Amino acid sequence: YRLVVRDAGTLQILQLYTCLDQIQYIEWSSDSLFILCAMYKRGIVQVWSLEQPDWHCKIDEGSAGLVASCWSPDGRHILNTTEFHLRITVWSLCTKSVSYIKYPKACQQGLAFTKDGRYMAVAERRDCKDFISIFVCSDWQLLRHFDTETQDLFGIEWAPNGCVLAVWDTCLEYKILLYSLDGRLLSTYQAYEWSLGIKSIAWSPSSQFLAIGSYDEKVRILNHVTWKKITEFEHPATVANAKTIVYKEVEKSPSAETQRLSFPPTRALANSLFSTQSKYDISQVPVSLQYIKPAADRANPKVGIGMLAFSSDNCFLATKNDNIPNAVWIWDIQKLKLSVVLEQLCAVQSFQWDPRQPRLAVCTGNSKVYLWSPAGCVSVQVPVEGDFQIVSLSWHSSGDSMALLSKENFCVCYLERDEV
Amino acid sequence: FVAMGDWKTVTVPVLSSDSKNIFQCTSENKISPPSMNSQVLHLTLPSSKSMHSFFSAFCTEENIEQSISYLDAELTTLGFPSIYAESKGKELNLISVINCMNELLALQNKNLRAQEEVEMQHLKLGSDMDHLQNCYAKLKEQLELSKREIVGLQERDRQLQSKNRNLHQLLKNEKDEVQKLQNIISSRATQYNHDMKRKEREYNKLKERLHQLVMSKKDKKIAMEVLNYVGRANGKRGAWRTDKTEARNEEEMYKVLLSDYEQRQKQLLVENAELKKVLQQMKKEIISLLPPQKQKPKERSEDGLVLSDPEEDIGELNKENMWELSCETVREQLTNSIRKQWRMLKNHVETLDNQVSRVYSGALNEKDVISREDHELETEKLELEIQQCKEMIKTQQQLLQQQLMSPCDDDTTLLLQDCYLLEERERLQEEWRLFREQKKNFEKERRSFTEAAIRLGLERKAFEEDRGAWLKQQFLSMSTDYKHSENVTAPSAFLGSNLTDDAYLLGSDQDNRLVKSTSQQRKPHCMLSGPVSAERCQTPQYITRNSYSAASKKPAGDSKPNLWVESGKEETE
Repeated sequence: YRLVVRDAGTLQILQLYTCLDQIQYIEWSSDSLFILCAMYKRGIVQVWSLEQPDWHCKIDEGSAGLVASCWSPDGRHILNTTEFHLRITVWSLCTKSVSYIKYPKACQQGLAFTKDGRYMAVAERRDCKDFISIFVCSDWQLLRHFDTETQDLFGIEWAPNGCVLAVWDTCLEYKILLYSLDGRLLSTYQAYEWSLGIKSIAWSPSSQFLAIGSYDEKVRILNHVTWKKITEFEHPATVANAKTIVYKEVEKSPSAETQRLSFPPTRALANSLFSTQSKYDISQVPVSLQYIKPAADRANPKVGIGMLAFSSDNCFLATKNDNIPNAVWIWDIQKLKLSVVLEQLCAVQSFQWDPRQPRLAVCTGNSKVYLWSPAGCVSVQVPVEGDFQIVSLSWHSSGDSMALLSKENFCVCYLERDEV
Repeated sequence: FVAMGDWKTVTVPVLSSDSKNIFQCTSENKISPPSMNSQVLHLTLPSSKSMHSFFSAFCTEENIEQSISYLDAELTTLGFPSIYAESKGKELNLISVINCMNELLALQNKNLRAQEEVEMQHLKLGSDMDHLQNCYAKLKEQLELSKREIVGLQERDRQLQSKNRNLHQLLKNEKDEVQKLQNIISSRATQYNHDMKRKEREYNKLKERLHQLVMSKKDKKIAMEVLNYVGRANGKRGAWRTDKTEARNEEEMYKVLLSDYEQRQKQLLVENAELKKVLQQMKKEIISLLPPQKQKPKERSEDGLVLSDPEEDIGELNKENMWELSCETVREQLTNSIRKQWRMLKNHVETLDNQVSRVYSGALNEKDVISREDHELETEKLELEIQQCKEMIKTQQQLLQQQLMSPCDDDTTLLLQDCYLLEERERLQEEWRLFREQKKNFEKERRSFTEAAIRLGLERKAFEEDRGAWLKQQFLSMSTDYKHSENVTAPSAFLGSNLTDDAYLLGSDQDNRLVKSTSQQRKPHCMLSGPVSAERCQTPQYITRNSYSAASKKPAGDSKPNLWVESGKEETE
């Protein structure tokens, strides 16, 4: 039950803390001075200080239970969501005050902070109706409280400019509502009825576009001036546009240097035998991708656009159609058309954009990390012995390195900067 | 003569065939007139069929006379002259016989020809008839065929229509089903929502109950242990929540929203301005591309004052650029004008395309040689034109250079420089002339007015003197309050008299004021009371101002204003 803090450049261990129970969630405070460790089973949150290793803080929710915990944007308050979403308790590290938020909504994204950390939106549900409360984070004062026209609110997300809040409904109803910071309803968008609706949304970093991925395998882009759809992106199984580049991952047959085989086989050789190198080939359009149609009688089907992400320079949008799990689609936002399709050998687990450049890192559950940029595409093998199945990845804020996580290990990948 | 009758019927077919026989017979008659009775109609032709018997059968030696008389009778009935001689004897008029025979022969020929024609026609008609019958037969066949086809097509059409109806019916059924399913879905959805709500309420109740039970245990465990409280990130102390903070929060929120809107609006303005610039540029380029002919009729139709469309628009939009207007009408104008120009350009390009294609197709249709010739002719013509133009330009340039180069002293260069502005100069000179004329006119008028004023002044003086004398007499006659009344009433009387006298000469208020001032001007030594003197100070200024205005307003008006005009001018000048 240890928490290890390492230096990001050298991976040298700086601090070591011991927690009371299995840690389920950790989060840095916004000023990077504190780390919170949440242990949901015991209902405890422990906070550690980096400056003063002796300092300790423990928040015990007791019988109220703990389902979620997070920092406030000022880095001095901790918001705990109790079991059954009975209430959200706001614990302060500066004062002895405690605040409660009643009737929080039990949904995936019920709590949202603006990018500048000034305001917090909380989704609530009272008497079978959804409400949104907007709080000022500096003094936790309730600024606005209004009801939303949703059947069953699924998620809320602030635009990066902090002035518009997107609220979308459960997947049974395609409806997304846009509220201004002062609680006015700016616009409602509903693409169609009856079929399964919104699966994921993403704001563009300039707040100009709102991309909505839905279960009908399409992404619809709304613009911030009229909140009307300006285009929709389809994800068909056959890519036919001649201007689209399709990178296909193919296995490189390992160079069988038979004359150098030795007994017992060296580690390197063993590794190379087990882990196959791969590279990218450019396939000629039209390309038909592997399309999976899951059973229609199960809930939460793996169909539709499950992942959406804008690049940090607002030029590209990366999407994943769960019906075609091996492909990542990259759209050029300046031209509003499909630019690149990456076809992988395994199903894509996650992808993330570099926070500084238009560079996308993709992991598919094997020991390779894939990088795409407008210059090209590369597959990088993690040089590790044995299996290293990358489940998730995370970029460093400078864009120079990224952490690759598997179930039990992690490694840091450093990227060289081009010295032009 | 029973036999005669028989011969009659028989002779008709004979006529058609043997003309030769008749000729022979006539020759026979000529040869031996006296021996008619024996050898008449004796056929010596090789190919005579059965005519021989006919000819000999009609007239034999016994019935010559009868036959002759019979012939004569026939011929006369036919309209021929009698073949007998004058005397009703048995002598034959040979000449008439010969004539008759000739006539008969001619008639026979004619009849034969007619018969031939008739037969030809008959043949033709027969062949036409055959042809028509064939056609008719063919057409009948075709008609049959087409009737059968029609029947077949009708059958097919019926089948297709019935299929169509079936499909429509299916479509309708499907639509109904879809509608039904949608209704089912919606009703199920409402039912589901209702159930969900019910369950949710139950769940909430359970949660509340559980919470109560759990909380009632008085759990002291829910607490936070902290070594020491940490300072805030920004170093400040936490503030109490008051109404003021609430208001401040509201304000901050609105500030944030407003700044965001302002930023967005700025961006949109910049974008708008750029787009407008681009549009204007495009418009200018389109106008330059278009041939100027299309714009001339417009100019002619409108008034001379109104500019042609593009110029007007450019002028307007340039103004717009400077002032950065962005009102609806201006925007609409810009887009409309661009659309118009673009359409004109499109038409122009289309016509050009048509011309090119016509030329191209024309060249293809005719032989290559000819088109090339035409092309060459045209190019020659164009080249000639170009040469001529070039020569003209050269000569003009030479002339220009001569003009520029030849004068070497300053005066002439100056003159030359001036001559470029000749037009303007001439215009200016004209204006000067006009101005001088007007000035002269004004001078004349002024002089006349001053003369009139002088005259009037003199008259007035005389009048005043008379009046003064008359008043003096009056006062002398009154005798008692002489001095007193003089001091008090004299000025007022003066003023009053002045007023009354001058008032009816000049009607307006302005003039009344001026009236007062005249008295002051002309008699500066007049003893007037205090308030009036103040007026004196003020009014001269008023006079001068008014005089100018009066002069400008009524140049040819009353004499009084003009008097002041002059005096005013004198003062200022």
